[in-house]
Formats: sequence, C-alpha cells, structure tokens
Amino acid sequence: MSMATSHNLLYGFEIAFQGTNLLCSFAGVLLGNLIGVLPGVGALSAISMLLPLTYAMHPVSAVMMLAGIFYGAQYGGAIGAILLNLPLHPPHAVTCLDGYPMAKAGRGGAALGITMIASFFAASVGIVVMIFASPLLTAFALKFSSAEMFSIMLLGLLTGATMSRGSPLKGIAMTLFGVLCGIVGADLSTGTFRFTFGIPELIQGVELVPVAMGLFGVAEFLNNINKLTVDSKGARVNVSEMLPNRTEVKQAFWPMVRGTLVGTFFGAMPGTGPAITTFVAYALERKVSKTPEKFGTGMIAGIAAPEASTHAKVQIDFIPTLSLGVPGDAVMALILGALIVQGIAPGPGLINSHPDIFWGLIASFWIGNVILIILNVPFIGIWLKLLRIPFRFLFPLAMFFIAVGVFMTQNSFFGIWELLAFGSLGAIFSSLGFSVAPVLLGLVLGPMLEDNFRRALLIANGDMSVFVRRPISCVFIMICGALLLGVTVSTLKKWQRSKRQAGRNRMQAQSAD
Amino acid sequence: MGTRAFFDKDLCGGILIIAIGATAAWAGVNYRIGTIRHMGPGFFPVAVGLAMVFVGTLMAASSLRTSIIGRTGDSKLTKASLPDFRGTACLVSGLILFVVCGKILGLLPATFAIVFVSALGDRSNSIKNATILAIAGCVVAVVVFWWGLDIQLPLFNGWSSTL
Repeated sequence: MSMATSHNLLYGFEIAFQGTNLLCSFAGVLLGNLIGVLPGVGALSAISMLLPLTYAMHPVSAVMMLAGIFYGAQYGGAIGAILLNLPLHPPHAVTCLDGYPMAKAGRGGAALGITMIASFFAASVGIVVMIFASPLLTAFALKFSSAEMFSIMLLGLLTGATMSRGSPLKGIAMTLFGVLCGIVGADLSTGTFRFTFGIPELIQGVELVPVAMGLFGVAEFLNNINKLTVDSKGARVNVSEMLPNRTEVKQAFWPMVRGTLVGTFFGAMPGTGPAITTFVAYALERKVSKTPEKFGTGMIAGIAAPEASTHAKVQIDFIPTLSLGVPGDAVMALILGALIVQGIAPGPGLINSHPDIFWGLIASFWIGNVILIILNVPFIGIWLKLLRIPFRFLFPLAMFFIAVGVFMTQNSFFGIWELLAFGSLGAIFSSLGFSVAPVLLGLVLGPMLEDNFRRALLIANGDMSVFVRRPISCVFIMICGALLLGVTVSTLKKWQRSKRQAGRNRMQAQSAD
Repeated sequence: MGTRAFFDKDLCGGILIIAIGATAAWAGVNYRIGTIRHMGPGFFPVAVGLAMVFVGTLMAASSLRTSIIGRTGDSKLTKASLPDFRGTACLVSGLILFVVCGKILGLLPATFAIVFVSALGDRSNSIKNATILAIAGCVVAVVVFWWGLDIQLPLFNGWSSTL
C-alpha cells in the first residue's frame, strides 16, 4: 500500500470516527437493519423512506448514514430470507433456497452467522478494491470529454435496462420512461419549460424522493395489500446458535471466496443488479460442487456464495458511482441523487474536490460492517419479533412515514401528488410485468445524458461521428452494440425454442385426436 | 384456471409505452427541435419519445407473435396480477386525505386519517385495530416529526405552534 493511500485512509478513519459521523453511521445501520427486516420493505424503500432525514445533515454524515441504511437493510433482508423463506428482496431470493432448509433443520442461527461472516469478508475485499481502483479510474476519467461521458452513461443505462429482472425490452422501456421523467422542468440551456403542464412546482423537475417512494413504497403496498401472506412459523434462533461450527466454516470458505470474485466481477460492470449476481454465484457453486443435487436442502455453500457476491458487488458498485458519477443500480442512483440534493456535483472530480466524502465513506464502510456484526448478535431476538409483525399492521404506518417524508423534503404537499402519480404508475407497470427499478436510473442519469450529448455535439459542430471517433467513447459504444446484439440473439433463440415446443404440443394434440 | 384472463401483458404494456412515447414526441416537436449542431429543447424529448414508440412496437409485435404460438397463462393480465380494489381505494384516499387534512386541520388529523384509512384497506384489519394503529402513528408524529425533526406543520392548525 503506497504512502499516499494509507495517508488518505487514515484521514478517512479520522473523519468517520468524528462523533456525529460515527453516530450517523450507527443510526443508519440500525435503522436500515430495522426496516430491512420488516416484511414487504426492501433496501430501496428503506433508503427512500429515510432519505429526507439526511437533508438537514452535513453531506459527509448524510452519505455515511445512507450507506449504513443500505447495508443494514441488505443484511436485514437476508434474515427474512433465511428464517422465514421470504423472497421479498430480490437479491436474497437465492438465499432462501438453502437458508430456509437450514433454518428448518435448526441451524438458522448458523446460517445467519455464515451470512454475516461472508458479507464482512466480501465487503472488506470490495473496500480494498475500491481504495485502489477508484483513484485510478478517476485519473482515467478526468480525461473524459462530454462524448465519453455520454457513451459511458448510455452503457450504464443499457446494462441497467437489459440486466434487470424480466424481459430486456421492458427494461429498456422503463429506462426510457425514467429518462423522459428526467426531462420534466426547465431546460438547462434555453430555459424552456418542458412537460410542466403549467404546474409551477414542476419547473424544478420531478423530485427524486416522491418518485422513489412512489415506485418502491406505495406501488409495493398497492401490489401486496390483501395478497401477502406470511407464514412466520418455525423461526426460532438463540444467540448461542449464531456461531457456526468448524465444519460449517470450512465448507463455507471457498464458496465465500468464489462468491466474492463473482460479485467483484459484476460490480465492475455498471448496471448489473445485485439479484443477477447472486444467481450467477449460486449457479457457479452448483457447478463446482461435488454434490450439486444436494443444493436446495440446506447447503451452506448455497448461502455463503450468493451473500458474499451481493455484498462484494454493492461495495464495488460505489466505484463508478463516486468516481464517474454513473450509478450502477437504482440504490446507487438514490445515493447519487442525495449527493446532488446536497449540492455536490458527482463526476470524475468528486474524489479530488471532496476527499472527505470519498475517504470518509470508505472508512465508514468498515466501521459500519463491524457495527452490523456487533448489532446483530444481541438484536437477533428483536429482529425475529419484528419479522412476526403482520404486514397489515406495518403498511399503514409505512404509508404515514412515506407521506411525511415526502412532505418534509420540500415542506410542501405537492410531492404527495407526485407520490400518488408514481405509486399508481408503478403498480400498473409491475402488474404488466415491468420491473420499475430502471426508471430511477433513467431519472437520475437522463438529465446528465442529455447535457453531455448536446455539449458533445456542440463542440463537434454537429458531427455525430464524434462518439465513435474518440477511442474510449468508441469502446463504450461498441460494448453497447454488443449488448444489444446479445440480447436480440438470446430473445430470438428463446422464441425459436418456444415455437418448436408449441409445434411439438400441437403434434401431440393431433396424435391424441 | 379460476381467474379470468383479460389481456396479454406484453400487448398492453407495449401499447402503453407507445402511447407515452408518442405523446412525448408530439409535445417535443412543439418545443423546437433545432438542428443537430444547435439542438433545441425539443430534440431530446423527440428522440426519447420515438425510441419508446419503437420499443413499445417491438413489445406489442412480440406478444402478437407469441400469442400465435400459444403461451402459458403467466403472460396474461389476470385479476390476480392486478392490485386489490379495496386496498387501492383505501391507500389512494388515505394519501388524498393526508393532503386535505394536513392543509386544513394540521399534522395530527392528517396522520390519523392516513393511517386509519390505509389500515382499513386490508380486509383483515378491524376498526379497532385501525384506530390503535392511527393513535400509534399520532404518537410517532408528535415525538419524532414534530418534536424531534421540527416539521414545518402545526399539530393542529391555529393553536399548537406555541405548545
């Protein structure tokens, strides 16, 4: 480790250990864990619900708290997945497969312990990668002109759209819808009001918080109400059981390392969500295992690998978010949005102009992860009680929190109407099979995308070839093209297969006649 | 089956996306498109709108194609995939009541209204449950938001700001 890096890291710890910052980190982890445990509330809704709390804070404390909420909520989701078989949080859907059988076999505590160890290990690796990769990437990115910025944002949006759950076409449609929402308001260069419908509040643009809470809070409740049934039987865990035994640790070690590598790899690709990462990590474990048929019956590898991969992934996700200003997924888009609200311009200049945010955040990741472990040993009993709170008692209070939170961001009731609009839209979209997370990505990246696009073409005198003439930009555009091609080919293949299947079915039907 | 199938999800989704995109593109034309060298404010909306029309068309087309092949019930928009009517009505009116009560009466009535009405959206919640939840919400409103976070909304309009 070079002198400069260790100096920076020490500086980071100095900031993170400051009273308020430490308190914010702690509060973030605690609140995130608390909310993440609740059935029907994911990491995204946890962050968007608590986002307004950070507005009055210093930017450093705010970001630390948000990061704490995020991994607190993420860990909280694993508890529900393992102990109650609740696949409500997409990244943990895979963890249910082997976590719940373990819980039924009375080893739920050990499964949670392994989850904690795996996530701490993976996060630590991710943090180290982040420490070394981010300054490099920044040095590289500082040479970027608007053409490169446009291309990399396009790539981020496209991967986010095609790699999220569901059909790639729907993902692209949702991203475009998000970009469209980002257009609302006064045009940056000419001041023309676009899509404001004569409403003065919309001149500032669509607010991030109501959109996020509408899409991930209200829409979720609309879809879950009178439908979500939670079976909370069989969840009993003692603190003493949380320590996995020696063979379990041994079994978990290599899967944990492999999961971390998978997460690191996917983290380096902007736009891939944590859910796909966990699926790949799980599939890899099954492939390398000597007993692939045992997966799904409580294999510890089936918990360690996906949990490690998602924690490494989210850690690495911070690299493009902080060093390029290109968020990897919807959660990062929210954190980036919070920075923008704080008046901090994201982009390649962030690490140099705000070293306190970057290095303080890195140090707070470690502190936060330690807090998470310390917190969860004595609190597991409380989390279990929270898990048993029925959804029907939770969502009315959550609705109130959302409404008050939206009100407090602007001290006006206008946001509630936005909340209502995006909540209804989100419910409609998800009942049509769309996954709404890319909307947020589009909303945050859209304005930057347009700005860089227009600036690049202004500088290049309207010559569209600027995006492929500049080598770095050309590489990004080529990856975009390859991605689109890959998606098209795989979709066509799927069609072909279903057509053949249908043909076979018809033949069978005929022969039956 | 049990539930009646209404429409194909992809077809409906595609048409919805086409409609949104076309509206945006049409509105964008009125904002002055400009030239590629000096783009007007309408350029980007038109481009995004047209892209949405394109994607929506692909979605709708793929649904028509696969509907000839024949697909499982999963792709159909059924009653089970739509939000529950009572729940939706209660959550939506809860939010509207929050705004109305908040503007006219103050924080506490607004809190009570949104929690109480939302709670009634769940068929298994009784009036008593909803009342208890609403009172709990009011306690949180006073302690956390009014006392702790200094929300810019009086507990009751008129008198509480000096309490």
